[in-house]
Amino acid sequence: MNPPPLPERPDIYFTVAAFLLAIGIFGLLRRRTLIGMLISGELIFSAASLNLMAFNRFRAPDPAVGQIFVLFLMGLAAAEIAIALSIIIAVYRNYRSVKTRELSELKG
Amino acid sequence: MIVGAIFLLCIATTVVGALIAALTARIIRSVCGLMICCIGLAGLYYFLHSPFLALMEILIYVGAVCVTIVFAVMLAEPEEGVRDEKRGATLLWGGFALLVSAAIFWGLWHLGARQDWTAPVTRVNDFSISAIGKSLLTTYSMAFELISLALLVAIIGALAIARTGRTKP
Repeated sequence: MNPPPLPERPDIYFTVAAFLLAIGIFGLLRRRTLIGMLISGELIFSAASLNLMAFNRFRAPDPAVGQIFVLFLMGLAAAEIAIALSIIIAVYRNYRSVKTRELSELKG
Repeated sequence: MIVGAIFLLCIATTVVGALIAALTARIIRSVCGLMICCIGLAGLYYFLHSPFLALMEILIYVGAVCVTIVFAVMLAEPEEGVRDEKRGATLLWGGFALLVSAAIFWGLWHLGARQDWTAPVTRVNDFSISAIGKSLLTTYSMAFELISLALLVAIIGALAIARTGRTKP
């Protein structure tokens, strides 16, 4: 029997999602500023969304559930971005830098 | 044939965008890489029978999240430009990060792509937008209200956090 056409194969979506997660974690470990780490975190969010959508397409009995879940995930990612960027602005106002190496003081 | 070409184009856009987002030295290029990656992801969502989420991906990520990050880049000047660390330590840490991410990719690929996921499932619903709307207003109405509450709290919290310290000279 012939293999199904490319957009109908779930393993391709899973491979892309795994690649997005891996490159997000690579950037999270390697970046030296807070905003770069935030962008890598967004890549990890995208990997999770793509994985959920692929399972929703191929395995879910009710295909509306996965789409609604990913919609909520996007809303939470937007809220997280708003909070994280305001924290970054506050940190920059105190330290004049957002490099993770220089943010080494704690105030107890 | 042409559908397969467009699908490969979407995958290439996603992968190249993610590589740009993670590997470039300048932050503003990294934000542009995130935009490219999200556009490719929207194409993949379209191939997953969900044009609604493809539009939402472009609207929320490209239109809101990336623009907000660009504002933060303008306000906080996060340039990584000059090397202020020893080169050996940077190389060692980069090698460690590469090892960790390669291990994660190999493990997940082994777990996900080697299985047979093609068993047929019985569907009780379809992929249409009206099905999503009915589910949002019936089964998931509580979660829908809670997500709007979470967004409101996030906006107020962001304003409160960014406001403190402004009175200092």
